[in-house]
Amino acid sequence: MSVIKVQHISKHFGSLKAVDDLSFEVQTGQVFGFLGQNGSGKSTTIRMLLSLIHPSSGSIEIFGQSIEKNRAAILEQVGAIIERPDLYPYLSAKEHLQLFAKVRKQKITANAIDETLVKVGLANRANDKVQTFSLGMKQRLGIAIALVHNPSLIILDEPTNGLDPQGIADIRELIKKLAKEEGKTVFVSSHLLSEIEQVANQILIIHQGKKMVEGVTKELLDPQKRIVQIKTMDDAGTLQVIVAGSFSNYLLPRKEGIFLKIPTYEIPLLNESLIKAGVSLLGIETKNSLEDYFLQITSNA
Amino acid sequence: MWSLINVELYKIFRRPRTYIAFGAIAALIVVIQLGLKIDGNSYAAFLMKDINDTLTVDGKVLNGYLICYILLQLLLVHVPLLVALIAADMISGEANLGTLRLLFSTPYSRTHWVLAKFIAASVYTILLLIWLAFLALFVSMWVFGTDDLFLMKSNYVVLIQQNDVLWRYVGAFVFASFSLLTVTSLGFLMSSMANNSIGPIVGTMSAIVFFTILSTLNIPLFTVIKPYLFTTHMNNWKEFFDIKVNANNEAITGSVLNIPKIKTSLIVLSLHIILFVSASIIIIKKKDILS
Amino acid sequence: MNIKNYKKIVVVGGWFISSLIISLTTLAQTDPLIEKVAQKLALVNDYVAEGVMKTDVSFIKASLGKVKVYFKKPNLLKVKKEGGISLLPRGGVSLTINTLLNTKQYTTIAGGTQLLNGKNLTVIKLIPTDDNLDWVISTLWIDPIDALVYKTATTTKENGSYEITMQYGDYAKYGLASKIVFSFNTKDYKLPNGITLEFGDEDPAAKQKALKNKKGTIEITYNNYTINKGVPNTIF
Repeated sequence: MSVIKVQHISKHFGSLKAVDDLSFEVQTGQVFGFLGQNGSGKSTTIRMLLSLIHPSSGSIEIFGQSIEKNRAAILEQVGAIIERPDLYPYLSAKEHLQLFAKVRKQKITANAIDETLVKVGLANRANDKVQTFSLGMKQRLGIAIALVHNPSLIILDEPTNGLDPQGIADIRELIKKLAKEEGKTVFVSSHLLSEIEQVANQILIIHQGKKMVEGVTKELLDPQKRIVQIKTMDDAGTLQVIVAGSFSNYLLPRKEGIFLKIPTYEIPLLNESLIKAGVSLLGIETKNSLEDYFLQITSNA
Repeated sequence: MWSLINVELYKIFRRPRTYIAFGAIAALIVVIQLGLKIDGNSYAAFLMKDINDTLTVDGKVLNGYLICYILLQLLLVHVPLLVALIAADMISGEANLGTLRLLFSTPYSRTHWVLAKFIAASVYTILLLIWLAFLALFVSMWVFGTDDLFLMKSNYVVLIQQNDVLWRYVGAFVFASFSLLTVTSLGFLMSSMANNSIGPIVGTMSAIVFFTILSTLNIPLFTVIKPYLFTTHMNNWKEFFDIKVNANNEAITGSVLNIPKIKTSLIVLSLHIILFVSASIIIIKKKDILS
Repeated sequence: MNIKNYKKIVVVGGWFISSLIISLTTLAQTDPLIEKVAQKLALVNDYVAEGVMKTDVSFIKASLGKVKVYFKKPNLLKVKKEGGISLLPRGGVSLTINTLLNTKQYTTIAGGTQLLNGKNLTVIKLIPTDDNLDWVISTLWIDPIDALVYKTATTTKENGSYEITMQYGDYAKYGLASKIVFSFNTKDYKLPNGITLEFGDEDPAAKQKALKNKKGTIEITYNNYTINKGVPNTIF
């Protein structure tokens, strides 16, 4: 069952298209990696999921209900951090959780608050004011706020920002635990593939508001498969040849250029079939990993 | 809804800034009281120059009731600025801080939040007014004692018997709460339009100063628009201290000269409050939260 | 006429008359009618009177106030408002009494008779013989039948004139009035808006009223007198 179902959403700010015809689905229990450079439209998308921004077009369903129409019921089951961990400097970690516990319809016990603080590793700083916190500690508190009401969908926007390596590892473990042990659905965004690829079982790459690629992490990162870019004199014609042929399954959706994720041993066969089809081939470049691919598409821009 | 109001009040009263206004009012009042305690008689003599030419005024003119009136006259011009400090920060301050997105991604609607914030800001405003009343009225009554209220207005003098004064202050403070809530709602409106606190605070203060100047200038051009300015109506708490006289020019104890004027002002102020708060809600509902 | 003129002016009431007359009795050459008045007043050594004071000045809005008036021979007098602020004619009460009491040098002139409120009153004028005195002339309207003073009018050198009228009731036999009205001229009253901080629209009715009536009165209606029961000096 899909927890999040986004269909053709776009958001314009004046002439700027922040999100452009984006569609995806997140299934129950998944850790969904939402990957993109800074300014690629990640946060705008997340804000639309939380009804902080009204989409210019398209629809968003969470738990099978429209976010526009059933906002309150949906958000009762959602916990989120959005971009920077902005908090009240004059309140302590515990006071933050108490405060946000109050704005939930369900009763949240003092115990639950303490447990959440332990979960994010802030138990020993529970009563310290946030103004004394490092960025990493604020990030942990932000996550605690997202978790305190035990939501079934957790949306984490760049949760490891500002954390030290140990902190990053901790959060990674936490995300895995939430999904595996507690059966929660986690939607996590980042601009670093290295972070996402270790936790997410599904990855979507967004660039300039458009979906670049989406797939199961294992497959996208399969060491047996390589990403190749086919350079030709006539991309459109070549694309038709590939779509019609037996390599169509390997095709990666791209705005420009032709990319395939293909087992290494099939690359010569691909070469051969293209030449047979009369494609004026300039070359086939192989990329080593999804990282390369991510860097490629994002630096292309 | 109650929990939201609770949360907002909690935030207001945990912030050091909140107490600036309480401190400022206390400081202003104590300074004025001290000045009047030491040198009040010469001030009273100055005010009564014309009267003393005709009559001898026997009794404690400079009593707690008059001191309170003087304080209100001076302070009710400035308190709106202190109210703006908090009210104009209620939404924009959180937008600036980045916490607004946390609030607006909770199950409560933006309308709920805006109303909760307005109610919390109103509670703050009323508490400020109660603080003002306590210091200006009760402390003055304690320090200066009580007697009849001998009020020197621009064109005439009103002598109100001391047992006829206190309820007028209750009326005046209730009226003043409407005045200040108008300021609260104006600050709130400005706050809903910005993502930083300085703009709305300065904007609200400027608007009050600007309209107050228009309200006080007796220039024919401005007298046309005066009745429509909320600042004109804000000062009408003074109407509680004007008294009716009968055909024999005897003041009627317990009467208020111009009740319709008070009613009109209360209606105008209430309409402003409703208008400003509704506009805030509409603006916030339509807004994309980008902060 | 300017009201500054009331600096040393005289006063409120029956006590004024009583004091005046008492002082007159010490003089040898007086009009026989004044002598008769004085004899009546000599019966009173002291009194405490309760009354209601009304202030009627165009620019003052005041309600009726209860007052107590204390008198003691020869010239002690005090008007006290029961808890509150009272407005009394400029100059103070005792000063004005003194002014007249000290007027030991004057002559009386018969001024004939005059009809006042249906009564045929004998008019007697007092003219001071001492040039240093502030007042120039004082006129008394006296009823020759009951020997009561119904009206006085005094003109001062610098401070204009004032008038006191009296009505009598139960205490007429002591020469004590049941109601006295003190009339005086008022000066314009105006405080700048900058001081009163009143910036609203000016009340045209109030303005008009201020222009209409330039005469102010303070009247005291006595309910009862407690006569010759002793009044401690500490009151005054």
